[in-house]
Amino acid sequence: MPTAELGFLDYAILIIYVAFVIGIGFALRRYMKNSSDFLTSGRSIPAWVTGLAFISANLGALELVGMAASGAKYGIATCHFYWVGAIPAMIFLAVFMMPFYYGSKARSVPEYLKMRFDERVRALNSIAFAVMTVFASGISMNALAKLLHQLLGWNYNAALWICSAVVLVYVLKGGLTSAIYTEVLQFFMIVLGFAPVVFLGLKDVGWWGAMNHSLQNVALNPAALDLGTRAYPADAWTSAWKPLLAGPTANPMGVDWFAMVFGLGFVLSFGYWCTNFLVVQRAMAAKNMSAARRTPLIAAVPKMIFPILVIVPGMIAVALTSMPDKNYRIPPPILSEEVYSKAAGVVKASAEADPATAAKAVTEAMGKKMNAEKVTALVKQASHLSDQEIKKGLYNAIAEYDYDGVILSLVKKYCPTGLLGLALTALLASFMSGMAGNVTAFNTVWTYDLYQAYLAPNKSDQHYFRMGQAITVVGILLSIACAYFASMYNNAMDIIQLVFGFVNAPLFATFLLGMFWVRTTATGAFLGLFGGIASSALFHSLTIAAGNAPGVKGGYLAVKQIFPSEMAQNFWLASFAFIVCFTLTLVISLATARTKTDEDLKGLVYSLTPKVKVEEKEWYLRPTVVGTLLLLCCVILNVIFR
Amino acid sequence: MGLDLRWPIGLMFSLIGALLVIYGLITNSNAETYARSLGININLYWGLLLLVFGGTMLALAWKGSKKAAEEPASKEPGKSEELTARR
Repeated sequence: MPTAELGFLDYAILIIYVAFVIGIGFALRRYMKNSSDFLTSGRSIPAWVTGLAFISANLGALELVGMAASGAKYGIATCHFYWVGAIPAMIFLAVFMMPFYYGSKARSVPEYLKMRFDERVRALNSIAFAVMTVFASGISMNALAKLLHQLLGWNYNAALWICSAVVLVYVLKGGLTSAIYTEVLQFFMIVLGFAPVVFLGLKDVGWWGAMNHSLQNVALNPAALDLGTRAYPADAWTSAWKPLLAGPTANPMGVDWFAMVFGLGFVLSFGYWCTNFLVVQRAMAAKNMSAARRTPLIAAVPKMIFPILVIVPGMIAVALTSMPDKNYRIPPPILSEEVYSKAAGVVKASAEADPATAAKAVTEAMGKKMNAEKVTALVKQASHLSDQEIKKGLYNAIAEYDYDGVILSLVKKYCPTGLLGLALTALLASFMSGMAGNVTAFNTVWTYDLYQAYLAPNKSDQHYFRMGQAITVVGILLSIACAYFASMYNNAMDIIQLVFGFVNAPLFATFLLGMFWVRTTATGAFLGLFGGIASSALFHSLTIAAGNAPGVKGGYLAVKQIFPSEMAQNFWLASFAFIVCFTLTLVISLATARTKTDEDLKGLVYSLTPKVKVEEKEWYLRPTVVGTLLLLCCVILNVIFR
Repeated sequence: MGLDLRWPIGLMFSLIGALLVIYGLITNSNAETYARSLGININLYWGLLLLVFGGTMLALAWKGSKKAAEEPASKEPGKSEELTARR
């Protein structure tokens, strides 16, 4: 597979971007005077900046790559992650939860938990969060370096260390402010870098109607393109709700509407957007309460239309694959040059063998599922073809897809030198700011919630400021270590992500009860959270998705329930853990005595907090009005693409 | 913070836009380069769009700094140590 050639101009654009983010770091250096400037931006940033940073922090490259992959695998139903998941959760955060986070003067989400409950809950949350951010940033750096290596031929180590060094420089100089500012830069870079690719892709497939038409043909017979084993209704890729309402067998996600709405929409999305410090930290850096509440609302506007940029490319890729004259396929899993050479040798050697034996030998040499017809045709013509042509034939005959390659393959297909640099810079920018987001959340939680709380309390602020800077370096080094770890032990990474899934699934129940029910006690919250985590592990050990063997993917104790897909298993697991955590917290709270008085909980619980006075006269600055309008837009989108 | 983010955004995209426009003009006759982008000189057109975007950002930042300078209480925003209330 040839790698894309970068021209001088492409590198120039990349270097300009890097120069600007580092420049921002240096420009902000003189404002960094104490730990609060460095770790919480001194609560001084205007709402449009925190708003754009809010979505950017989430829009890491794994999100970009993953959403395009899901767009190809599941079609427009992927939009549920945005229109059922993210948007309502962001509005809820703005209208109901932000007053407590911002008003309590907590510097982090774990610190809020300490104020509301006690040290145990804070310790549990902050340790899990610190470990998780380091791994998340490591996993994403590994993915980046691998992608750059495979598609551009860059050196894995160099890519990893250079990107990390850039992040280190600007975060160390400008702290959280630097991370937030560069996230805004990155936001525009992604929008302006990918929009032309989507435009060219849509034009190429003949715009929206023609694309949907080809996707409908694909849905009726996905097996023809090796995209699936069975047929779906024609609208499986092009309608968001109809295939879902028709049941798990009618959509490629294998999910029913309840798991989607409750599991993804309510439990997982609210859990992520309302309690994950990585995103909430952006809003908490806003200059006042009103700006903090507007942050998620401002973020919701672009988030709502982002599917055009991140999901539609996946759909374009499938449509292109179904059009033989476009000479495009979703890239297959990447194989090394040696495998291709070996397999090419087998192709030539099997010219005399009968078709079935030849196909089997070639498949064995490639180590992937192969399209038997294409292999047979290739073997027949092998004597007239050059080595290069045989390898190309082999590449085209692989019957598996590496969906994560969709975005880059489209960039390579449509971008001439110049635009190529812009699109690649956008991709790199998203990786770097993803890392910066994780590192800035990590250093705050470490410094305030672990170091200051348990290891070295009552030191001078300058001490914590220096600790914040030192831990930034450590955090980046740990991320790099995790990236190498991820590149060596793929399975270990899967297990770690699984464990985080267990930890996160029940979290929203704790927050919901804590914020809206005065009677919730610290013991109830702590044990409920533990119970929720344990129950999600148990649920996972007893269930499995169809087609998976018991093991890392679940069912290692016994298989009591088989779900149609991994996604369905995930959504049900989250729903189950949420309900267990909710019930346990409720029951244990009623059984234990309150340790905090009403006075202690003022500003932390809904009923005990005076309502935030809305000072804004303009209707468009009022969170409830804007929130309602956004929700309405979201419903309309769901109806249009039903 | 005292740095108006619209300056770097405006500068960066104007610069990249200008580079793309110049490159697009130089390679305009080169059909082979633009075969990928469906025969459209995408560098030229997209570069122009980036220039417009960058220019708008710069204009907004300039307007913002003028407004801040007129208000006696605050100094020039790029240099101000105070937290300037700006939306």
